[in-house]
Amino acid sequence: MRQAPFEAAHAAQWADYRRLLSALEGRGRDPSPDLPLARFPALYRRLCAHYALARARRYAPGLIGELHELVRRGYPHLYRRRRAWLAPALGFMAGGFPRTLRRHARVCALAAALFFLPGLLMGLACGQDGELIFSLMDAAQVAELESMYDGAGKTGRGAERQADTDFMMFGFYVMNNIGIGFRTFAAGLLVGLGSLVILIYNGLAIGAAAGHLTGLGFGSNFWPFVSSHSPFELTAIAICGAAGLLLAAALLAPGRRTRLGALRANARDAVVLVGGAALMLLLAAVVEAFWSAGGAPAGVKYGVGGLGWVAVILYLTLAGRDGPGGARGA
Amino acid sequence: MLAAPLDTLRLHETPEGVDLGLGVAGPAPRALALVADGAIRLAIYLVLSPLLALSGFGLGLNLIALFLLEWLYPVAFEVLTGATPGKRMLGLLVVHDDGTPVALPASLIRNLLRVVDFLPLFYGVGLVCTLVDRDFRRLGDLAAGTLVIHAQRRPAPGRAAAERPTAGAAPRQPPPGLALATQQSILAYRERAPRLSAARRSELAETLLAHLPAPAAGPAVTRGTPAVEQVQGYADWLAQGRAGD
Repeated sequence: MRQAPFEAAHAAQWADYRRLLSALEGRGRDPSPDLPLARFPALYRRLCAHYALARARRYAPGLIGELHELVRRGYPHLYRRRRAWLAPALGFMAGGFPRTLRRHARVCALAAALFFLPGLLMGLACGQDGELIFSLMDAAQVAELESMYDGAGKTGRGAERQADTDFMMFGFYVMNNIGIGFRTFAAGLLVGLGSLVILIYNGLAIGAAAGHLTGLGFGSNFWPFVSSHSPFELTAIAICGAAGLLLAAALLAPGRRTRLGALRANARDAVVLVGGAALMLLLAAVVEAFWSAGGAPAGVKYGVGGLGWVAVILYLTLAGRDGPGGARGA
Repeated sequence: MLAAPLDTLRLHETPEGVDLGLGVAGPAPRALALVADGAIRLAIYLVLSPLLALSGFGLGLNLIALFLLEWLYPVAFEVLTGATPGKRMLGLLVVHDDGTPVALPASLIRNLLRVVDFLPLFYGVGLVCTLVDRDFRRLGDLAAGTLVIHAQRRPAPGRAAAERPTAGAAPRQPPPGLALATQQSILAYRERAPRLSAARRSELAETLLAHLPAPAAGPAVTRGTPAVEQVQGYADWLAQGRAGD
């Protein structure tokens, strides 16, 4: 068939297809009763066939270009992924996130060790030696840290605060903590060195602060404040580090895949971990801003902290066990 | 199918068995889009800055806005509309490497890893990576499996003029046994001719004729307007047959 009769024979279908396409690109309603959107897939496939024919028969490049453009515009509408928000989001937190975490239990354990062990050692050491903290922070930072918890209660976290100060701190925790979580993940792409440094450094800094303040006898101000939100915050930072290490693992030990293939596969899981960790950090920010600084007695705050640890551990180890893909765990 | 073109066109075969050409966007338009997005983010931030007057509460809102603008602005726009406003201004679109619109996981990956592409400063790593990669992908794109493409290829011009048979030239039969590629060149000539100057039109027609097998009648070399009419005649014949049936 020559080009002109080919065009003439199919012009009507192409016109219909164009109308459906502009309807889809606009509001997504049926353009007219006799041309429902349900006809789109059939017309799209026919147009693909016409495009292939035009190319095989070497019709004029302009015609081929025009058909290609029509195919290209239709393709994303047919293969668009379904938009649904609530159900997948709930399913994600109820099962997808902890399942993915357990599938990468070894990396998570490594990240947690890199974060908590230096913190623990530094904390013990700083509790013994009041000078050691200066190896990590300068004098001004240490002075500021001490003033926040020295019990004078003028500025800062130990004191009673007004509601709008609480909200300001909430904004600060969201920006700072979730930002750190995201950076800990992204830095993993630098063959893991970035995540490693951030995990160890944050572990050391947190441990040093805790040990130093306890050594000075400010523990009664410090521990009740941090106990309630730390289960979520510390765990989430470790999980972000694990996500970063997952990227590094793909680059360093891709196994039987190409490095790029391994990176893609691991990034899919890593971003699930980061998403879950970000939500945990959000929860931690809520607790830290609106509860930790509040006036509840220390015993209650310790109790909330203890419950928090139990809840986090139970959630991460048990949630979503019988869902899809649960059997894949290692 | 055709060999991969020496071009920034990335071919993706759809389930229908046809090749979809995705025109990947290079570093220059993407950098401009970044600048535009930066300006838009700054503008949003400045619009929100009166919040600071609300002391503590306003400062909190401000910090949250800063966080959202820094991390989630690109993700939200890419997932909802396919591209950030800056990219849209430059006609760019973010898609999966199979051409489908980008979804949340891939968008999150490519935008969180932006931090690494930004290193050591102003997208040094990202620039080197886009220049090295055949599809101009930065590290975030590589990990997420995404492409930044030109949303709209320039529409093929001159189609309307080629619909009609060329005035003044009757369809004439081309020499037999023309290769398909040659036939396509003649058809392409018919489409492009209306947009060319008269001199260029003759020159191209002469070049085309020189590559055709010599007609049996004799080695008469046609030049100028007759050459144009001859090629146009061949093209009309190829497109619609002798009588336009």
